[in-house]
Amino acid sequence: MSSRVAIEFLGESGLLLRVADDDEARANRRIHALARRLPGKAPAAVTELVPAYASLAVLFDGGPDPSATRTALRAWLEREAAVVDDVAGTAQRVHRLKVRYGGDDGPDLQAVADHAGLDPGEVVARHCAPTYTVAMLGFAPGFPYLLGLDPALAMPRLDAPRASVPAGSVALAGTQAGIYPQAGPGGWRLLGRTDAVLFDPARTPPVLLAPGDQLRFEPA
Amino acid sequence: MSRPLFEVLAPGTLSSVQDLGRAGLRALGVPVGGAADRHSAILANLLLGNPAGAALLELTLGGPRLRLLSGATVAITGADIATRCAGVELPGWRPLRLPAGTELAFGSCRRGVRAYLAVAGGLDLPTVLGSRSTDLRAGFGGLQGRPLDAGDVLSAHATAAVPEVDRPEVPGWWIDPTPDLDLSLPAVAAVAPGAAVLDGADWQRLCSTAWRVAPASNRIGLRLQGPPLHLAEAWQRPSEPVLPGTVQLPPDGQPIVLLNDCGSHGGYPRIGHVAAVDLPRLAQLRPGETLRFAAASLGDHDRRACERAARMARIRLALAQRLGREPLGTDG
Repeated sequence: MSSRVAIEFLGESGLLLRVADDDEARANRRIHALARRLPGKAPAAVTELVPAYASLAVLFDGGPDPSATRTALRAWLEREAAVVDDVAGTAQRVHRLKVRYGGDDGPDLQAVADHAGLDPGEVVARHCAPTYTVAMLGFAPGFPYLLGLDPALAMPRLDAPRASVPAGSVALAGTQAGIYPQAGPGGWRLLGRTDAVLFDPARTPPVLLAPGDQLRFEPA
Repeated sequence: MSRPLFEVLAPGTLSSVQDLGRAGLRALGVPVGGAADRHSAILANLLLGNPAGAALLELTLGGPRLRLLSGATVAITGADIATRCAGVELPGWRPLRLPAGTELAFGSCRRGVRAYLAVAGGLDLPTVLGSRSTDLRAGFGGLQGRPLDAGDVLSAHATAAVPEVDRPEVPGWWIDPTPDLDLSLPAVAAVAPGAAVLDGADWQRLCSTAWRVAPASNRIGLRLQGPPLHLAEAWQRPSEPVLPGTVQLPPDGQPIVLLNDCGSHGGYPRIGHVAAVDLPRLAQLRPGETLRFAAASLGDHDRRACERAARMARIRLALAQRLGREPLGTDG
């Protein structure tokens, strides 16, 4: 277990806890365990927790003495981070999403296949094989950054982003996998599309996938 | 109860409904958003006795033309923007009473880029994820997630009796926005070092350069042009949370200061953090204008935040006295 924790400041009203670990999935599990454990016991000044791949931001309202608040919260976070939860056995939600691969829905499927030296069918099979973890939501509301992509499929993002990527596009960039919740510009490689609605501001909760959830893709 | 107030005759360059944004949803990738110049938005509301976070219009560069469907009390803050109603030139930073049936016509911003138009009672729109602000990128909130358009009708929450006036009434007092918002140039922002350390003399260079604001700047961030900066060592981190005020350094060495619509996470090295109290001024910079950074510590940022809070408390008390009501809470 080589996992180290460091805390730095994120401006005047934020702290950033970082987990350094060669195993990125383990670092991410530790972040989500903290993000689940801390809300119930956070000091009143804490306003928001923001998980990422291997870090967790703790945002706070500095109140009348911001320097003292920041120092006290840093000490609190150091104590909390010293406890490592056993998260390996924690049951997570597993979502299954149907994907239409290739064609207009996945204009980069052939390019990814060529880059990997595989048939498009093999790319689809390898894309559907793993159970992914939602490492974090970012870039756009509800956009999941997924851990677990088969490294054989890794391919750099487009040199120039597309002006508009359709909503529901299932994509990869480098070793990251993701899904575009809304139409918008984007430079990831598009393998297919899902009809699942990943973000709906009128829904409670607005996101389909939460940080820490698990996910499998299936051909439609 | 709601009262139709404006019919939009011409929408202006980019006018959108904003409030103080939707905090608490960054874990879902939802930006905070809200008024880019929070200070001006809060003061516009306080001038009318509204809660600090009431919904108002953010007007960018060129303002709209609005027909008043009923008498209204409004306040205009932020950028110095040419404004006329019924032949009267309207000044900013004070409550203005306007007659029904007239046209409220904004021209261009003379200094600054974002003006705020608040109405007594606040704009009446549904809240989406806890806020009435428009998320222009994701397309929700405000007016169905889009800017103002010709033909839109905006309503205000009904307030106690709006006195009818025959011509615009301009009081002889106002709130002086300085020093909290000083639109003189060059703009200066205090910056404390971030986690990514700049190479050699580059921190000094960050703080001695007259940075030029690039045309690609928007509500997401202020892009700066100047001598390229370099990191002391390579930044090898996956995306981490970022905040408005975070100063990023992309590979081209040209810093970006993030503003309210920035995403929840970012992958670029964080070379600094601008003081929260300086963000309103940054949100008023226009392309081609100059920004300088002043080296500071987080402790310096704290001290200025406390000074700002003390001034705001005095302004709230003074306004309560003028408007004849209890000072409003400190939700700003």
